[in-house]
Amino acid sequence: MSELTERIMEISGADPRKCMKCGKCTAACPVAGEMDIKPHQFASCLAKGQSDLLLSSNTLHKCLSCFACVERCPRDVRPGRLIDAVRQCVVRARGQAFLTPEEIPELLDDELPQQLLVSAFRRYRR
Amino acid sequence: MKFSYYPGCTLKNKAKDLDRYARACAAALGIELIEPDDWQCCGGVYPLGKDEIAPKLAAVRVLADAAEQGNQLVTVCSACHHVLKRVNDDMKNDADTRERANRYMDLQRPYTGQTGVLHLLEVLRDRVGFDTLKEKVVNPLTGKKIGAYYGCLLLRPGDVMTLDDPENPRVMEDLIRALGAEPVVYPYRNECCGGYVSLGDKELTGRMCDRILESAVGFGAQMLLTACPLCMYNLRAHSDLPVYYFTELLAEALGVKEAAQ
Repeated sequence: MSELTERIMEISGADPRKCMKCGKCTAACPVAGEMDIKPHQFASCLAKGQSDLLLSSNTLHKCLSCFACVERCPRDVRPGRLIDAVRQCVVRARGQAFLTPEEIPELLDDELPQQLLVSAFRRYRR
Repeated sequence: MKFSYYPGCTLKNKAKDLDRYARACAAALGIELIEPDDWQCCGGVYPLGKDEIAPKLAAVRVLADAAEQGNQLVTVCSACHHVLKRVNDDMKNDADTRERANRYMDLQRPYTGQTGVLHLLEVLRDRVGFDTLKEKVVNPLTGKKIGAYYGCLLLRPGDVMTLDDPENPRVMEDLIRALGAEPVVYPYRNECCGGYVSLGDKELTGRMCDRILESAVGFGAQMLLTACPLCMYNLRAHSDLPVYYFTELLAEALGVKEAAQ
């Protein structure tokens, strides 16, 4: 197992090798149609040691951590946690933040709740 | 009935209504909500990484404060409730998080997850009781067809949140019934609205909200009910269907809405 895969398993606390490829996670995911690598493929890539492929996947920023996949996974693979762990491996590295404070003013509107900004910063950068 | 009360950042700003109606309803129902002096923002999202400690500390502080006061901790914002409940679960069940957080914070007494974390909906259901609530309704919302929108944060993961059945919840429908209105059960009520992704990708959250709204309207809803300021923001951006905080309709039914304004 690669160092990266080990790190992803450590951060997520989940084990992609338990996946039996039933596809329920992808079926449950409200944004699977937008993802270049679907939740079940994510688990599969990790189990096969192809974790490098995942680092540039748009899935990292499409996933909402809504946990529909985690709730419905019959094998407790927790795909949402795996995706978040890969995303963290990317954003924890210097210069890899997906959102910078300079971008914020343009994105604001009068109704936008504070909760949105703190959530986005927590997810998109370290 | 006395609880520690954590409003959270958004309820002090864009979601003042959610807060002020909650306080008015609590007072009308004989519930005392005590806001701690020095709470901090919970962070909005639960830190999923097993090795993350710092982003959990704001939650631990307010949980430990409630423990010192001997109170259970009540929230009304779905996101705050989600973060506090899951961090509390870590403090109770994850030895590594518990030890590292306690070592870092040097609290008067170690905190080990002993505080009960309740959403106001749970207080209404389990402590007040919907039958008692029904008796206190002075302006029943008769004839209104209301769809409860749960979203993701209140319900999942079900084994930690334990608020309701994550696939077939009923607490908000029961609340709607207690207020004299008719709940509309529709399939997308526990589907995610898109959350903070609307910051950079409004098309995506638009598509997600459209699905939810079409589903609700298709089943006959005239309005939606939510506990989450971010859900409200996303849903309102994509439809003229009225979306209310559950505390607002509760205040209306209890006859305290105008006084709260």
